Amino acid sequence: MNPLLAELWPYLMLILVGFLPNEMWRLLGLGLARGVDESSEILVWVRAVATAVLAGVIGKLILFPAGALTTVPAPVRIAAACIGLLAFFLVRRSVFAGVAAGEAALIIGALAFSP
Amino acid sequence: MSDIRPETVGSSPLSAFLAGFEAAWRSVFAYVLFGTFVGIGALGHDFGFSIAWMLLSTAFIWAGPAQVILISTLGTGGSAIEAAIAVSLSGVRLLPMVVALLPLLRTEKTRNRDLLLTAHLTAISMWVESLRLLPSIPCEQRIAFCNGLGAGLLAPSLLATGVGFYLAGSLPPVFTAALLFLTPLSFLVSVVRNSRLLVDRLAFALGLALGPLLAAMKVELDLLLSGIAGGTLAYLVHRLRKVMR
Repeated sequence: MNPLLAELWPYLMLILVGFLPNEMWRLLGLGLARGVDESSEILVWVRAVATAVLAGVIGKLILFPAGALTTVPAPVRIAAACIGLLAFFLVRRSVFAGVAAGEAALIIGALAFSP
Repeated sequence: MSDIRPETVGSSPLSAFLAGFEAAWRSVFAYVLFGTFVGIGALGHDFGFSIAWMLLSTAFIWAGPAQVILISTLGTGGSAIEAAIAVSLSGVRLLPMVVALLPLLRTEKTRNRDLLLTAHLTAISMWVESLRLLPSIPCEQRIAFCNGLGAGLLAPSLLATGVGFYLAGSLPPVFTAALLFLTPLSFLVSVVRNSRLLVDRLAFALGLALGPLLAAMKVELDLLLSGIAGGTLAYLVHRLRKVMR
């Protein structure tokens, strides 16, 4: 591989493997948004599938994380997520309260139970 | 975190942009995103990516989970195809968000290219805040307002990517773990907040159960399969309830 290509290679990967596979959904959305009725049935199904995919992403990030989060035991991660949700419902459906409580629970749990 | 009053938006596109930019800093997501991207910046540093690459990935991809997937897949020697598929699967959620948001911004004079930047800036955080704040924004100001909102959320994320990159290594592991936990936690809470219809709640619960289950069983394309299965099941229940009524 010539030096210039070697230097540009990571950026080419960023565009081809990161940017385009992600951006195509936004561009497709831009095309489909034209003339789509917000109350149409197909959109209800598409949104349900997208919500389920997003939930799957969340579940996987909590149960099978990457990086430093792997050092926190799984029961602590699950309990912290539940405590965050509980705080959200108890404190006037505040996202801030939920996130703050869940983070506090994760840090305390990690300090108490990490090997 | 107060709502925007119409008189604060002004009548020029610039003042609407600035009102959106300002609204971003009153949103909980500006702070959640700052923390998240400190974590992502540190992750990128640990996997050997350059600071320029990291900043470009935040600006161009602008989707936390996709960036974590891209960085960890490429960083651990995964194939480009594998990474592209995983990134693309995590990005599926952007499609219905864009489809649901753009009709709210469109006026008779709007061309598709006027919405290109707004579509790019659409992310979970920007989408949630747009839907909350748009009702008080005059129709013809909404594109500029949303662009300002997106830019206002992207700016602290770019800053945080750089901060995280340079702090990597000096951050205590517990702190890095807590930052990486911000993404699933804040999405979890905000999606629960915004799922008001049965079909969305059901789809969310099914996806939350099926996604990790299929991943644990090492099924290929686990997220896509769990999304289609969970979403379709939730939709069928929704249809069945409609028919029964």
